[in-house]
Amino acid sequence: MAVEKTSINPPHLLWQGGTQPLKAGYGKLMMWIFLLSDVFTFSGFLVTYGMIRFGYPNFSEVVAGMTHKTFEFSQLYWPIPEKVFKAVPLLHGVELPLVFVGIMTFILIFSSVTMVLAVEAGHRRDKADVEKWMLWTILGGFIFLSSQAWEWTHFIHGTEHGLTLADGTTIYGAKLGANEYGPPNFANLFFFITGFHGFHVFIGVLLNIMVFYNTTNGVYQKRGHYEMIEKVGLYWHFVDLVWVFVFTFFYLV
Amino acid sequence: MAEHSSIERQQPNTKHLWKVFWILLILTGLEFAVAFGIDADHYKWTKIGIFVIMTIIKAYYIVGIFMHLGSETKAFIWTIVLPIIFVLWLIVALLVEGDYFGVEKFF
Repeated sequence: MAVEKTSINPPHLLWQGGTQPLKAGYGKLMMWIFLLSDVFTFSGFLVTYGMIRFGYPNFSEVVAGMTHKTFEFSQLYWPIPEKVFKAVPLLHGVELPLVFVGIMTFILIFSSVTMVLAVEAGHRRDKADVEKWMLWTILGGFIFLSSQAWEWTHFIHGTEHGLTLADGTTIYGAKLGANEYGPPNFANLFFFITGFHGFHVFIGVLLNIMVFYNTTNGVYQKRGHYEMIEKVGLYWHFVDLVWVFVFTFFYLV
Repeated sequence: MAEHSSIERQQPNTKHLWKVFWILLILTGLEFAVAFGIDADHYKWTKIGIFVIMTIIKAYYIVGIFMHLGSETKAFIWTIVLPIIFVLWLIVALLVEGDYFGVEKFF
């Protein structure tokens, strides 16, 4: 910007194409910068979640003598996550707190490993290996998305008995206006943050399919390198990283 | 992509990647053990502290090995890590300050 439009760049301002300062390609560097901006976004979400959650009183302050064992849902205080998320598909009526979320976490970690194996295969320029591991990664992404769809459905439908309020009305499941597990903000933040993460996963699956398609067509073989796998891989690992944080602060804490 | 060897099919070297997978899996398992093994009524903040530390360890392995930030140049690493350190500061600061407001004042 310091250089005026009419002047020609002096030689010392021109990059002569020697060693790259950060020893990384433009695309890869920009993917990192994009992910950094995404860190800011998700940090904003986590701050919002933390502030709103701590704004509500603890259940033991509202109902004297209530412990984790005798906990009951109320609109007045934040729920304990493990009391909310305890259903597993095909096991109706069995209470398995956090087990399904644990399975989802495992699926995402596993698809992260298959992704890094695809990147490693790309370094060796081994087309068949890249294809194999990309397929596993895409499969993991689809399973994760379906699991999340199931979890949302279950959360929206709620329990059979629901929550009966003091005025006699009963709330079933979690909607944006009200939910049977706690204050409206609990469900709203859940939908918003896991939804935003799920959207990231969805985009990641699309990108994975795209690079898989290009790999099978030999695009990267012709290009001589598989850096595109690396870039998409960075994005996919970031999605896994966000889930690690969502898992901790939404389900465990 | 530093080494462009002419060998057609190199042997994969993935031992360290699988090691990270097992570390992540074991840490997640430990998180479950802590979640159900420690009495939340008395040790709430101990639990939260353990969860946060484990999360940061997991993040370190994902970013450092899977995204191989650990093998980039020093300048590259600091370009990414320095802003994140400030963001962590922001998160902690806002959560501490957030203690001032109760939801009844705002909603």
